[in-house]
Amino acid sequence: MYHELNDMIVADKLTKTFGDFTAVDAISFEVKKGEIFGFLGANGAGKSTAMRMLCGLLQPSSGSARVAGHDITRQSEKIKQTIGYMSQKFSLYEDLTVKENMRLYGGIYGMNLTAIKAKTASIASALHLQEELDTLVGSLPLGWKQKLAFSVAMFHSPPLVFLDEPTGGVDPVTRREFWELIYAAAHEGTTVFVTTHYMDEAEYCDRVCIMVDGKIQALDKPGALRQMYNTNSIEGVFLQLARTAKRMAD
Amino acid sequence: MLQQFRAFVKKEILHIWRDKRTLFILFGMPIVQITLFGFALTNEVKNASIAILDPAKDEMSAKLTSRISASRYFEVERVIVSPSQIDEAFRTGKIKMAVILPPRFSEELLHTNTATVQFITDASDPNVATTLVNYASSIIHDYQQEITQSQLPYTIHTETRMLYNPQLKGAFNFVPGVMAMILLLVCTMMTSISIVKEKETGTMEVLLASPLPPLLIIIAKAIPYLILSFVNIASILLLSVFVLELPIAGSLALLLAESILFTITALTLGLLISTITASQQVAMLISLVGMFLPTLMFSGFMFPIENMPLPLQIISNIIPAKWYYIIVKAVMIKGLNFSFIWKETLILTGMTLLLMALAVRKFKVRLD
Amino acid sequence: MNAISVRNLSKSYTTGKQTVEALCNISLQVAAGELFGIIGPDGAGKTSLLRILATLMQPNAGQASVLGLDTTKDYKAIRQKIGYMPGRFSLYQDLSVEENLDFFATIFKTSIDANYQLIKDIYEQIAPFKKRKAGKLSGGMKQKLALCCALIHKPSLLLLDEPTTGVDVMSRKEFWDMLASLQQQGLTIVVATPYMDEASLCDRIALLDRGNFLEIDTPSGIIANHQSTLWAVKSDNMYQLLQDTRSWSGVTNVFPFGEYLHCSPHSSNTDIKELEAYLLSKKQQQIVVKQIEPQIEDVFMHLMNKHHVS
Repeated sequence: MYHELNDMIVADKLTKTFGDFTAVDAISFEVKKGEIFGFLGANGAGKSTAMRMLCGLLQPSSGSARVAGHDITRQSEKIKQTIGYMSQKFSLYEDLTVKENMRLYGGIYGMNLTAIKAKTASIASALHLQEELDTLVGSLPLGWKQKLAFSVAMFHSPPLVFLDEPTGGVDPVTRREFWELIYAAAHEGTTVFVTTHYMDEAEYCDRVCIMVDGKIQALDKPGALRQMYNTNSIEGVFLQLARTAKRMAD
Repeated sequence: MLQQFRAFVKKEILHIWRDKRTLFILFGMPIVQITLFGFALTNEVKNASIAILDPAKDEMSAKLTSRISASRYFEVERVIVSPSQIDEAFRTGKIKMAVILPPRFSEELLHTNTATVQFITDASDPNVATTLVNYASSIIHDYQQEITQSQLPYTIHTETRMLYNPQLKGAFNFVPGVMAMILLLVCTMMTSISIVKEKETGTMEVLLASPLPPLLIIIAKAIPYLILSFVNIASILLLSVFVLELPIAGSLALLLAESILFTITALTLGLLISTITASQQVAMLISLVGMFLPTLMFSGFMFPIENMPLPLQIISNIIPAKWYYIIVKAVMIKGLNFSFIWKETLILTGMTLLLMALAVRKFKVRLD
Repeated sequence: MNAISVRNLSKSYTTGKQTVEALCNISLQVAAGELFGIIGPDGAGKTSLLRILATLMQPNAGQASVLGLDTTKDYKAIRQKIGYMPGRFSLYQDLSVEENLDFFATIFKTSIDANYQLIKDIYEQIAPFKKRKAGKLSGGMKQKLALCCALIHKPSLLLLDEPTTGVDVMSRKEFWDMLASLQQQGLTIVVATPYMDEASLCDRIALLDRGNFLEIDTPSGIIANHQSTLWAVKSDNMYQLLQDTRSWSGVTNVFPFGEYLHCSPHSSNTDIKELEAYLLSKKQQQIVVKQIEPQIEDVFMHLMNKHHVS
């Protein structure tokens, strides 16, 4: 019980098998409230499967997990209402304007119009988007889209947000501005669960977890991991671990 | 060049072969459509309302009348006394058929050994009309045998008058219609989708950046669907000959040759669609709405063109399927030879060449 | 001879009323045998440039020649001589590894055996899966197969559009090792990538942003050209450190870089000790400050800002 007060995510031997293939192999970990938790792994290591289970999109084969206090097997609907989610692939409707997108997401999460208006105004001023509220999202530069997508994922002020490769292909300046949004959110108490292929971004996380072949092979503060594997970057840690992988296909 | 071509065709066949679900639909669809249409149209008729006009009212006519009334196929509405009532009953749709006995039925039979019974049917539903006539004829035939046993042979002639649709048009017209639809679906929709799919997945980029001549890509794409269409035509013809018992009245070679022509038309249409679309959904939508619906509406297969308002009649002329439909009907059902359809063939050929020229012009050797 | 020569090239797209300038009057020379990187974020114009070089698009203005041939006039001849790997996964998902390779070999009028030497090292890594459908391969494997397909006809120039995007660090590293060994065999290679850390693996690079080259040089040359002072700072609280450092008037361009944040002093007179003292006064713990060599990413950001302002 004590755990649930401080831990946003508690996974206990979480497992997912597809036929005779074990995509996620009994992983156990906790994510603390307000933490930026980096979730790394090679393609096919089981990252996406684990993340989908935690978001309540996929039922585990065995084991259990609680996300924001809700059980992922029995209370997946509650989880979906509680969390925020953003991925590189799908985030905003390109053929709706900035304002319409916010209105839509606010509506989906059951916010009333006054709250939506207030939040829209505050996001617009934070991202300097006041002039662009009636612009179609499709015609915004990529960097803005990604920052906007993050703000929309945070629209209903979720205590926990999942970010799936949020910065792919984004220019270096925007990538950093994006991370500053993450820092700010974490500073205000939001828990951030993030996957990335940029190893320098792993360094920004409070703790980093590296998956290999469906198992968690390393989980600690970036500094501790660097020390443990005697290398000067998380990339070095990742490469050492990834070399031990047996699994080839997704 | 030949090797490149062979490799490409092999690849296309593999794509089709490995997509089992689509393959199943492609081969299953003509069979299902023919069977469904066939059953819907040859359904057994029971308890059809008919009228009997028996002015003679003698012993033999009464026997025949009761024989017909006893049949489970017929429900005798009433015994009509005057011919004018028959017209009225048909117009209001109360009856599907009228059986009219001659005024002196017994006398005629006894003295001349022959009598003529007249059937009048509502042929706006041609299939029901023929079925009813067949049933009634067989009852009369049975009756004739029965009364012949003890005496000299009697012959009761039957005379049929079809109201509203004297040529029984539409009975088996669905077979050419289904052929046109299937060919359009397989060739136009599948070709356009398969080309656009390569654009979507990015493989078209690699193909274009290779020394492969674009024309070869197009032809190689079309070949497997040409084969597939042939299998479909064959299965439709086999079904209609052996299951629906609709023989091919004219030349089979002519029918197949005309079908190849229309297949090429459909393939060219598919190619044209693929050059102007970038996603599989759009290609499918254009094929369905732009090709399929007009075929259904304007080929004359569902709705008789001569009953349409003049503007629609004019529009129907640009639908390639209309001409193919006329050709197939002429060759397959009416048994006419090439001298009767050369005009339609010429029109279809002209359309195909025009579409082909347009498609080749539109096909880009680059991405923009 | 130059493998690639691009002069005053412009390309724009019009969708509806909007016109987007993908490439604005750019020029570029790539020498034969070079491993050349085009580095920039999404939307910088990398794909447009590569497509023009691969003869898949025509420029609105300017000229591009590839292997001495004009990309507009001699596109057929160019297509015989180049290998091109587009950004999207460009293989047939429903065909096996072997069938894909065989198909691409045949359309280039060759066979797997004829040029096996070139792809041997790469193909051996995927050979155990040759019966597997391409769609069922992992990201790294797909990339290797796509590279094999692009190499099968022994091209003299290889154009690769973001071959390592969405691929994990391990596979990326392997991929770059392969490129290095291909270069040794005499191939000219042009790679577009959004990953700044891959810049140092190229002979020369062009930094591309919003259709303009910010700079073209060797990686070390680019760094040497921008020898402004750069400091790296870290403490135990990154978020607070960012705020505090920004609040100090002595530095500018404060951005997180891995475990450190990077910033540059306003004037060369400013001492790094002053920053440390300021952060101490802000109660930062475990402070580390040091002067560092800039990386390509620092330079890119610096140039991007400069370009944006002007």
